[in-house]
Amino acid sequence: MAYRHFEFIEKHAWALGIFTAIMVSLGGLAEITPIFIEAHKVKPADGVKPYTPLRLAGHDIYVREGCYLCHSQMIRALRFETQRYGHYSTAAESVYDRPFQWGSKRTGPDLARVGGKYSDDWQRLHLMSPRQVVPESNMPDYPWLAKAKIDGKDTQARMRVLRLLGDPYSDADIAAAPDDVKDKTEMDALIAYLQGLGIANEPAGQAATAKAATEGGTR
Amino acid sequence: MQTTETFNDHVVRLFLLASAVWGIIGMLVGMYLAAELAWPFWNFDIPFLTFSKLRPDHTFGVIFAFGGSALMGTCYYVVQRTGHTRLAWGRLAEFTFWGWQLICVMAMISMPLGLTQSKEYAEPEWWIDIFIAVVWVCFGAVFFATLARRRIRHIYVANWYYGAFIIAVGLLHIINNLAVPVSMFKSYPIYSGAVDAMVQWWYGHNAVAFFLTAGFLGMMYYFVPRQAQQPLWSYRFSIVNFWALISVYMWAGSHHLMYTALPDWVQSVGMAFSLVLLMPSLGSAANGLLTFNGSWHRLRDDPAAKFMVLALVFYGAATFEGSMMAVKSVNSLSHYTDWTIAHVHSGSLGWVAMITIGSLYAMAPRALGRPAMHSRKGMELHFWLHLTGTLVYVLAMWAAGVTEGTMWRATNPDGSLTYSFIASLIAIKPFYMFRWFGGVLIWLGMWVMAWNLWYTAADARKKIIVPVPVPIPEPVPDQLPAPLPVAG
Repeated sequence: MAYRHFEFIEKHAWALGIFTAIMVSLGGLAEITPIFIEAHKVKPADGVKPYTPLRLAGHDIYVREGCYLCHSQMIRALRFETQRYGHYSTAAESVYDRPFQWGSKRTGPDLARVGGKYSDDWQRLHLMSPRQVVPESNMPDYPWLAKAKIDGKDTQARMRVLRLLGDPYSDADIAAAPDDVKDKTEMDALIAYLQGLGIANEPAGQAATAKAATEGGTR
Repeated sequence: MQTTETFNDHVVRLFLLASAVWGIIGMLVGMYLAAELAWPFWNFDIPFLTFSKLRPDHTFGVIFAFGGSALMGTCYYVVQRTGHTRLAWGRLAEFTFWGWQLICVMAMISMPLGLTQSKEYAEPEWWIDIFIAVVWVCFGAVFFATLARRRIRHIYVANWYYGAFIIAVGLLHIINNLAVPVSMFKSYPIYSGAVDAMVQWWYGHNAVAFFLTAGFLGMMYYFVPRQAQQPLWSYRFSIVNFWALISVYMWAGSHHLMYTALPDWVQSVGMAFSLVLLMPSLGSAANGLLTFNGSWHRLRDDPAAKFMVLALVFYGAATFEGSMMAVKSVNSLSHYTDWTIAHVHSGSLGWVAMITIGSLYAMAPRALGRPAMHSRKGMELHFWLHLTGTLVYVLAMWAAGVTEGTMWRATNPDGSLTYSFIASLIAIKPFYMFRWFGGVLIWLGMWVMAWNLWYTAADARKKIIVPVPVPIPEPVPDQLPAPLPVAG
């Protein structure tokens, strides 16, 4: 390109704007489009179902409270990670996560497969007052979760929006939501969410060895 | 030649004031959060003070409120000076100021109350996102309309960066925030799982690229030559770096998702482009530093120049570090640890904050109708507080990050893991305390700047500022510049 061509861009604001817009679009188009197309082919793994109303409410409380700022939900495909947390996470496991909760920082441990590793009572006590169970922890207390109740109507509205976006909820699922969350506190919902994380959908085959490793190793 | 047209510095002054105030607020929140990590009783069991709910206020407060106000203010200042013309659409420019401040207030109040999309640096809910899009389009309109009425035919490189910053941030913001609302308090993004992760980190990375880099490079390309009182070391080099930077950056977002469930090829492409990115990044830093060649003596008595030089050094260092962290094997150690926090803050406190402070010190007297800042000693004190604080902060977080990374991967001879997770947290607690202390120093420095600006703004407060006339050059052939002002 001769300099005079380039000079044209340097002297015309509209040309500068258009070329800038083109150049900044290329990277995103090249990387996001194929993944977006491929995503429609990714089928949920066996055992990955849309969230039940109670667990959906729990997921949204996890988002609202900002848990993702200190806890990841993405076990990387590295030996020391699978040893500590279990089988590495796969894309099929988070197809119903809007937004995704992979996280970017671990001030606390990864939670992708925390489901079932502690009792409900432990989780409750830990959320109320973490230092009662883990004295050195720097996690904040979340006592207000035990006081607030889940609203069935609101949960239904959320499920309708998710159905609009493609999650396979049936009319019966949505109609049954108020019963599922009836008299449940936000704490119950969050614990239900946590207790379901990663247990039913651990990829088969390697699951047994990973489980043995996590149980045997230091946690 | 008639000289009745004057620069619109009123809106610039408003942004200058807002930037100083938000800097103090954003960093106060950061300091408080650092205290919570070191001493968790600071959470006080109050929901909106709790770390996980307050943290978005720190990132939004320093990036969009402090940085955003500084960027918009300097952008309006620079586009007028380099184009020899008054800002177009003064009322709309004024609207962008109040609109942006309203957005910052709404976001900073709603996020700690739990109204969040949980997408980092894009937490505010859908209705705030719509406000942001509207104000951003207006900002772009004012900028490009001012460019269109410039009287200098050649568009100076600083404006290229400001233009790319406006276009790219608008694009990123809209695409990443596409969501279907449930109510005023909740929305679900149209993307889920791995696609959402890719879109979010394409956004997150390029918010760093275009908000925290391109925008501030625009600032750098105007104020560094201005403060060094010499032309840019190489103008052509700056243009080459511009195209390389804006096209390569957009590919690198996937390096935030190494070894995750994202397809492998995207991770590798992200890593490759992150390494290519070294060239335009170091090129821009070198171009800025070499502009001081022959003018280094200014560092002795001009604290603004000191801020700028240190900013460029940190820019070079932080982008080098960033490219290295995008190498997969390094990333396997650094990811999820406080090394990321160290990297972000060497970029944001070292590069972004220092170039901003340097530019504000260079711009403020001119925009406030004074020959110089009120107190040079105050600037000097601010420089040393900021530099010491940044070094304490970054060194503490590096040490913490490497400690975590190595402890998480340590294995015994029999193959079992050496440390429990909590052992790594106990090991880094002292570093969390040092980090807090570094933050305090930086925050005190911001108060020194605010005090200094307050006294520099004495004339502005008395409303006795004389507007600066636009130097109107001879008309350039083949160009339709802004009409000459009517003689008053």
